[in-house]
Amino acid sequence: MILFNTILIGLKEIWTHKFRSILTMLGIVLGVASLVSMAAIVKGMENGMKEALIAMGGLDKVLIEQQKVPVHQNHMRDMSPGRTLKDVHALMQSAPLLKVVSPEMGMDRVVVARGAKTYRPSEVVGVWKAVLEMNLYELQHGRFFTELDEENAHSVCVIGTGVRDELFGSPQEAGREIVPIGEEIRINDQPFTIVGMFKHYESEMDRKVREEGLKDPTQQQVGGPSRQRGWGRKNWNAFWRKNNTIYMPLNSMWVRFRAATGTNNVPDPTLTDIDIKVASMEVLGPALQQARNVLMVTHHGIEDFNFRTQENQIEDINKRIKNARLSGGIIAGLSLLVGGIGIMNIMLASINERIREIGICKAIGATGLSIFLQILIESVVISFLGALMGLAASKGLIFFLSEISPTQNTPILQGQVMLIAVLFSTAVGVVAGLFPAIKAARLSPISALRYG
Amino acid sequence: MALVELRNVSKIYTLGGETIRALDDVSLDIGVGEFVSVIGPSGSGKSTLMHILGCLDSPTHGTIKLDDRMIHDASSRELAQIRNRKIGFVFQFFNLLPKMTVLQNVELPMVYAGIGGRERRERSMEVLKLVNLDNRAKHRPNQLSGGQQQRVAIARALVNNPKIVFADEPTGNLVSHTGEAILELFRSLSSQGRTIILVTHDPEIAAVTPRRIEIRDGKAALEVDRRLAGLDRLPGAAAVP
Repeated sequence: MILFNTILIGLKEIWTHKFRSILTMLGIVLGVASLVSMAAIVKGMENGMKEALIAMGGLDKVLIEQQKVPVHQNHMRDMSPGRTLKDVHALMQSAPLLKVVSPEMGMDRVVVARGAKTYRPSEVVGVWKAVLEMNLYELQHGRFFTELDEENAHSVCVIGTGVRDELFGSPQEAGREIVPIGEEIRINDQPFTIVGMFKHYESEMDRKVREEGLKDPTQQQVGGPSRQRGWGRKNWNAFWRKNNTIYMPLNSMWVRFRAATGTNNVPDPTLTDIDIKVASMEVLGPALQQARNVLMVTHHGIEDFNFRTQENQIEDINKRIKNARLSGGIIAGLSLLVGGIGIMNIMLASINERIREIGICKAIGATGLSIFLQILIESVVISFLGALMGLAASKGLIFFLSEISPTQNTPILQGQVMLIAVLFSTAVGVVAGLFPAIKAARLSPISALRYG
Repeated sequence: MALVELRNVSKIYTLGGETIRALDDVSLDIGVGEFVSVIGPSGSGKSTLMHILGCLDSPTHGTIKLDDRMIHDASSRELAQIRNRKIGFVFQFFNLLPKMTVLQNVELPMVYAGIGGRERRERSMEVLKLVNLDNRAKHRPNQLSGGQQQRVAIARALVNNPKIVFADEPTGNLVSHTGEAILELFRSLSSQGRTIILVTHDPEIAAVTPRRIEIRDGKAALEVDRRLAGLDRLPGAAAVP
């Protein structure tokens, strides 16, 4: 009852000095708004990064990378054959903890052409069927390569939708789905027939933009050539890479594009990548050890390979997120601190103004405790109202930030962060009110009554 | 039985290395229902006496008994409760809270006493009726005249039904005829059995009360009890002499 009355009196006090109170609250408002919106943006970023990570093949994918021969083995580096199909077969035979083994034979600086239209896809790779499971591709139209295509090194390829968009026009522009199955394109001037096309891959954000038929905010023309900003620039975007891929049978790549390299009239058989997937994340360690043992045999004991797991990527992402959180948190915390100092300042000024009133209240029976509570509650009410306004402002701030600096990741407001922000700023209000409240409670009634 | 008993009360300040005896060995008894004035020139110690009697301050030496309770060594929290429940104050400058309505001002002591909203309102309206201001309950203090504000202050002093009411120069800030009306109000309260202590520097006002305590240099210099002298029974004694 007394508490309720005290809160009412506090609200009245704040209402009497509307302008002053709002100015006081501003620090808390900005602090809470920046804390909440920062957390939302970082969360969006995190989601975007993880989305991209999964688009690149999921968490259980491990890359077997080429590595410089260790110094102590340098004298026999020519004995290692490099990563070849022999490794792949050996892994499939002797490493039962591996679920999928997918060899890739890539080619750099490829030009793809159809008629007069030329274009550089993100990658042109010779693969086995295992690549579908490895890189999480789904075919939407046509077929994938058969064993016959592989065996006879047929000139066939499967493309991503990005390739179709570039060479045949995108469905958005044409207003209808374009399926170029059976069409012929030239890859580095060799004719290939398109036999299949993958699904279109895109981030959540892009999907929304496309479905709502909105103009992509990242495509805004600011003057000059079109550009993209934010995390996920065009050639960085995992989805763009995924859509701009051309796959062909491994043997086609080997026979048709590696003929000029290699020794003894055998085209260069080294693979650009061997990707593996482990049976489950729990056996990641043993599985990699198995793979290592197998490869040590095929590479004659020369350690010119290395495993790169997505765990490293996750660590990397987590580190980035942590840094972003930390810097944002420090800024928001400083803002809240400044807000708290502002509240303390105003409360001190306010009790100075009201010394006489405090004296009257004491004379008619207010205890030190009730004066203390009154001032403290006033300060808490200011900071609490400020926090609520800050929550409202954070929505606006997020909108503003994504207007001036669009990213591909929708910020995600989190209730938990909002709660923490409100609790924290209320605590700031308590701390800021403590000193003025103690000062007011300790006033002697006589000198307070005489004051002014 | 005395309501207030002061025994050898002294209040000593040290101000700039100089010792000031604001009250010097004062002993006093004030009985239930008395109407007493404390008179003295400024600086005589009458305000200090009122502060100590009104539990706003503690004496340096001596003992005080209020309503059968020793209070000279009470904690500030206990003093606040005594002020709240047993004492009512009326000040020279009314000392109403400007942001609250008349009704809220009168309710305030009961808020600190922890009395519920409905009872607060009823009792406030009762005392406002007593001072003839129940029709101004929703006004703010600055919308009232000085005399009306002082009547609100009196209502506030009475609302917790205190044992004793202190008035510190209650007419000092009022024009004379309004001041007389306020004094008349005190007199009628006294005749209803309230214990009232009126602090003033004005002998004319002090003359209204049956008992007069004169303070000079921190000592109770002279006491005139008109009842003992039989003066209160003289015709016209109640009026201003």
